Amino acid sequence: MKRFALAAALVVLATVPLWVGSTYYVNIASQILFYAVFALAVNVLAGYAGLVSLGHAGLFGIAAYAAAKIMTGGHGHLAVAAGALAVTLAAAAVFAVLALRGTGLGFVMITVALGQIVWGVAYRWISLTNGDNGITISGRPSPFGLSLASPRGFYWATLAVFLLAVASMAVFVASPFGASVRGTRDQPRRMNALGYHVWMIRFLAFVLSGFWTGVAGLLYLYYNQFVSPQAVTLTASAEALLMVISGGTATLLGPITGAALVVVMKNVASAYIERWNFVLGAIFVAIVVFMPEGLVPGVARLFRRSPLR
Amino acid sequence: MTTALAVRNLRKSFGGLQVTSSVNLLVEAGERRLIIGPNGAGKTTLFNLITGEIPPDAGSIALFERDITRVPSRRRTHLGIGRTYQIITLFPRETLLRNVTLSLLGLSPRRWNPIVRLDRQASLVRDAHEVLARLGLEALADRPVAETSYGERRRVEIAMALAQKPRVLLLDEPFAGLSLEERRDVLRLVTGIPRDVTIVMIEHDMDVALDFAERITVLHFGEVVVEGTRAEVVAHPRTREIYLGE
Repeated sequence: MKRFALAAALVVLATVPLWVGSTYYVNIASQILFYAVFALAVNVLAGYAGLVSLGHAGLFGIAAYAAAKIMTGGHGHLAVAAGALAVTLAAAAVFAVLALRGTGLGFVMITVALGQIVWGVAYRWISLTNGDNGITISGRPSPFGLSLASPRGFYWATLAVFLLAVASMAVFVASPFGASVRGTRDQPRRMNALGYHVWMIRFLAFVLSGFWTGVAGLLYLYYNQFVSPQAVTLTASAEALLMVISGGTATLLGPITGAALVVVMKNVASAYIERWNFVLGAIFVAIVVFMPEGLVPGVARLFRRSPLR
Repeated sequence: MTTALAVRNLRKSFGGLQVTSSVNLLVEAGERRLIIGPNGAGKTTLFNLITGEIPPDAGSIALFERDITRVPSRRRTHLGIGRTYQIITLFPRETLLRNVTLSLLGLSPRRWNPIVRLDRQASLVRDAHEVLARLGLEALADRPVAETSYGERRRVEIAMALAQKPRVLLLDEPFAGLSLEERRDVLRLVTGIPRDVTIVMIEHDMDVALDFAERITVLHFGEVVVEGTRAEVVAHPRTREIYLGE
C-alpha cells in the first residue's frame, strides 16, 4: 500500500507539467518544490534536533547571492553551484558555532541576529550586493543537455533535486546519526552521559541543514534569475519555520505540505483574496488549535480514529 | 587490590554554597559501595562531579589510576563510567529496544554514520535484545517507554547503563519510588551484576541498601563524616546523630 502510494505520488509529480495547465501553475509547482527543500532543511534543525532557527533565510540568501556574484563574475554553472554551496556550508558552520552557544530561546535569538546581519549586508553593502536593487543574472544551466530555460524543464530539474533531498532526509532520519540527532533533542544530558558529543552532533545537523538550505537558495536564484534583500528578511525565515510547524515537525511529509500551503496561499489565493495574509494567519491559527502537531500528523491521527480505517 | 575510583580532596561550590568540601573516596575494584546521607548532603553532586557533568573547583578524580579530572564527561563514559539518574532520564517516545540500542550506539563509531539504517545494524540490535533479555525486559522490547510502568523504567535505566559494560557503575537511588515487589526485582538485578563491575550506589532505602553494601560512606553537608563496614557505620555515633538526631 505504502509503495503503491509512493509510486502514484511519483507519477503525479513527474507529470505535473503535462496536466496542470498554464505555465503559471508549472512555475507555482516549481516554487513549492524548492521551498519544500528549504522547509526540509529547516526541519532538520527545528524538527529533529529541536533547535528552532529564525535565521535560515540568511543562509538561503547567502547561497543565492554567492551564486549570483560568481555567475556575474563570468564563471560557469558548475562553478556557480559548487562555489555557492561551499560558501553556504562555510556560513552555516559559522552560524552554528555562534548559535550553539545558546539553546532554546537563546539559540532562536542568536539565529535572528545572524539573519538580520545578512539582511543588513544585503541591504546596505551596495558595492557587494547592489543593495535594494538586488542582482540580476541571465540564463539557467543545461545539465546533461536538458535546458532549464523553460518552465517545464526547470520544474523537472527542481523535482529531481527535491526527490534527492527527500531521499537523503529519509536516509538521514533512519540512520544512527539521525537517531543521535533526535536523542540530543529529547535528552541532551542523557546523550552526553551515554558518550555522545552533543555539541558536535548539533553542529553537524546545522551544517546538513545549511547544505540543503543552500541548494534551495540556488534553485530560488535560478528560478527568479534575481536576488534582493527581500529573500533574506526575518519574514522569509519565519515563513520557512511556519511551513515546518504547520505541516508537522520531525516528519518528512510535513514540511512539504507546509511549503505547498504557504506557496499556494502567497501566489494563488493572493490573486483572489486581497487580505490573503489574514487568511494565511487564520489557517495557521486553526492548525495550532485543531492540529497542534501539524497538518500531516494531525490528519494521520484523525485517520487512525476514523471508523473508515 | 586495584583502586577503581579515587576521589581526592574534591570541592565544589555553587555561589556561596559549599556543596562538596574536601571529599575523599577510595573504591576498590569490584567493591559494592553505598553512599548515604540526608537530603542536601551532596550525594548526587558527587556523582555529577565523578561523571564530569559539573567541573570541580579543586581536587582530583582517578579511574583505575588514570586521572580523569579534566576529561570531558562523554569521554569518561568511553573510559568505563556508567550511571543511572535519580530522576528517570529515558527517551519516552522510543521503544525499550531503541533506548538500549542508543546506549550501545553511544560507544560505537557508527553513531556518526548518516547513511546506513540503524535498525539494520544487526550486532547492535542483537546486543540490545540480549541486554533486555538479561534484565527480564525482552517481552517489552517493542513497547514505547511512555507505555511502561515506573518500575520497568527503572530497570531500563539500569539496562542502558549495563549495556555499555561499564567498569564503574554509579547508581543514583535505583529504588526510589518503587513498590516493595519492584524493589526486590531491582535488588536482584543489581546483586546479579558481575564482580568485574564496581558499583557505587546512592540510596535512601536502608532496608534494601545496607544488605547490598560492603562498605558505606556517610555524607553530611558535603563532607564524608563516617566510612566503614555496615556494622561500623551503623554503630557510629555520628551516623546516629545525623539520622536519628541523637
